[in-house]
Amino acid sequence: MLTFLVRRIAIIVPTLVFVSMLIFGLQQLLPGDPAVILAGEDRDPNVVAYLHEKLHLDEPLPVRYLYWINGVLHGDLGESLRMQKPVLDLILEKLPVTLELACFAIVIALAIGIPAGIVSAVKRGTAWDYGANVVALWGLSTPNFWLGIMLILLFSVTLGWLPASGFVSPREDWRANVATLVMPAFVLGNAIAAVLMRHTRSAMLQVLSSDYVRTARAKGLPETRVVLRHALRNALIPVITLGALELGTLLSGAVLTEQVFSIPGFGKLIVDAVFNRDYAVVQGVVLFTATAYILLNLVADVLYVIVNPRIRFG
Amino acid sequence: MSVRNRWASTLAAAFAATVLGFSGAQAQTLRIGLAEDPDVLDPTLARTFVGRVVFAALCDKLFDIDEKLAIVPQLATAYEWSADNKALTLKLRPGVTFHDGEKLDAAAVKYSLERHKTMAGSNRRGELAPVTTVDVIDPLTVRLNLNAPFAPLLAQLADRAGMIVSPKAAQAEGDKFGARPVCAGPFRFVERVAQDRIVVERFPNYWDKASIHFDRVVYLPIVDSTVRLANLRAGQLDLIERLAASDVPQLKSDNRFRIAKITEIGYQGITINVGKSDLAQKNPLGKDPRVREAFELALDREGIVQVAMDGEADVGNQWVAPTNAYYAKNMPVPKRDVARAKALLQEAGVPNPTFTLMTPTTSDAQKIAQVVQAMAKEAGFDVKLQSTEFATSLDLADKGQFDAYVLAWSGRADPDGNIFSFDACKQPLNYAGYCKPDVDEILTKSRTTLDPAQRQKLFDQLAAVALKDRPVVYLFHRHWLWAHAAKLGGMRTVPDGLVRVQGLKFN
Repeated sequence: MLTFLVRRIAIIVPTLVFVSMLIFGLQQLLPGDPAVILAGEDRDPNVVAYLHEKLHLDEPLPVRYLYWINGVLHGDLGESLRMQKPVLDLILEKLPVTLELACFAIVIALAIGIPAGIVSAVKRGTAWDYGANVVALWGLSTPNFWLGIMLILLFSVTLGWLPASGFVSPREDWRANVATLVMPAFVLGNAIAAVLMRHTRSAMLQVLSSDYVRTARAKGLPETRVVLRHALRNALIPVITLGALELGTLLSGAVLTEQVFSIPGFGKLIVDAVFNRDYAVVQGVVLFTATAYILLNLVADVLYVIVNPRIRFG
Repeated sequence: MSVRNRWASTLAAAFAATVLGFSGAQAQTLRIGLAEDPDVLDPTLARTFVGRVVFAALCDKLFDIDEKLAIVPQLATAYEWSADNKALTLKLRPGVTFHDGEKLDAAAVKYSLERHKTMAGSNRRGELAPVTTVDVIDPLTVRLNLNAPFAPLLAQLADRAGMIVSPKAAQAEGDKFGARPVCAGPFRFVERVAQDRIVVERFPNYWDKASIHFDRVVYLPIVDSTVRLANLRAGQLDLIERLAASDVPQLKSDNRFRIAKITEIGYQGITINVGKSDLAQKNPLGKDPRVREAFELALDREGIVQVAMDGEADVGNQWVAPTNAYYAKNMPVPKRDVARAKALLQEAGVPNPTFTLMTPTTSDAQKIAQVVQAMAKEAGFDVKLQSTEFATSLDLADKGQFDAYVLAWSGRADPDGNIFSFDACKQPLNYAGYCKPDVDEILTKSRTTLDPAQRQKLFDQLAAVALKDRPVVYLFHRHWLWAHAAKLGGMRTVPDGLVRVQGLKFN
């Protein structure tokens, strides 16, 4: 186990170095002098010169990279020039918001996708099946921003049931927190619900036609029990894996959804940073996300090994 | 009345008094939807327009401007120029304190102006460049000494350069002052959650507290104009700035809301590369003034305003709107004349000139470009559109890698702020690469001449030259559009587009 861990961590270090170089290098490809954008409308040459010096923009690329990576190694991801706040503070402030949104969205996706998948498999070829398929197709093909605005117009403007946008922390008022997140979480969860529904349906169809299900039916078990206890449990395994994979999609989907609903999360942080050429924020956020992905992968690998002894520590 | 009844009525009265008293003193909050998230809230370092909207509640200035762009007193009650116009003496308002209880006096003004001039990364340094020293004459009098007369100075002091910060707080916080700004405005800073909200609360010792009717103001940045409007209509906001022109008809028919508007001090125009790079000489548009004249004659400004802006703009052909006191009346808005445009192109030997019109990706800019393309085609122009992300387009403009560029300017109260940096040689905003010694001479004179009548003459002279050279073809001046709940009264419409909180109240 220890050798396995050491070997994996030994791979992570060069990966992270490569990722950090990639992030830094790619960002330099963004056209435009960041100092000019940051200097604002007036573009005072004194300010542009000051920002050049502060951001080491006149130094060669490798030197700038070393300045940055040196800070990162000392736990300093830099400071947002626009917001005048340390990047790490911004990340820690925004991340919980996006995570809450993503969790909420996945709950909605599961709550819609799995029952709809079961129903359409069990009632295959009926109006239920076609109905669920139409809804799934609609969910997959509806753009996030359009659905978001339509929901706002219906539930906030016309009915006045939900706040149109914004975010309230659960610590301040959990009811308001739920109210602000329902619509964005639905928008985000909607497309995933459709994917989950399609997969649940096909997995269920496969399982329902298998021998052990036929045996269960032959034993005279009630149909609900056959479907929920025997078939669903096996059908869910690939669906759960898929659900976990979709978490990544959720984070990227949050970028657009957070813009529409003005939710101060991770997605909004990075989009605004790109448009404002707030390099430190872009670099910090991407590096943080990449590191999180790599570490989560490591955890997943270790868990696989622990859970399934057939996978050797290789 | 029995004892029990008396007790009951006393309790009821006490209850009523408590409840009524409570509702009477209930905190009133004004919620304002902003089109962007402001940058740092330090008047010295701040760069964005939207930040100025928040400063209007936080930081009072030495002067303010009114609806007619006249300079009016705020922290300074009077001013006087010296005989040689190289010193400006200001009388300060007595009894003003900062949010931290410190006194606002001449020493504080000197400190703030010097901070604007010397702090690393200051965006005010250029605005106050002609100010060499600041003298404290007495606790309520300061004198600004200049290296040359500078007409736009009062207008600068009516913006961020005139904002006075608490020296104690500024010294303690250093470059982190923007995280907890301490000024002398009607509201003091409470909290800011980046990209979410800025909260300010009433400052009880404000010098003009009678004009303040809210306990709190919450600024909420909501970038999408549809969502901003939806928040207003859902009752979550009381006022929104930068209403989309296309939403005006829909909102007009709803009597729960009101629309306020005024013509901006800025402009929308097309900047032409006349000398920024070699490209200028390679393209007939940049090379030949007759081609530029033909291009302008091909455009129907009224049509552009109707199609691209839903009629929510005033046509114009100069750096200031036709209603501005400094508008050059000798150069009125030209009428569209396609026949003359064609004749000019024939004369220039290029009946079908081709050029690329670069435009940022905002929907307004794209619509303008499309209408311009269609109109210019009728005169023989083949205009190719190049839609480019804003930061990238600025970079290309700066390098001179463009033929023509759809560009807007938010405007300044003094006309100098709309023309000097664009038309004077080698200035930072001179994307056109326009450079003429006689124009430079007039521009410099317009800065050092304080008499409005004489300045007017100079601007007339300038218009006669620059509007014929056409480094910029000015198209129109947008309307600032605000929408607010009908119950909100006291909304002032000032051409700088800021929301002044003084006088705002729920009716």
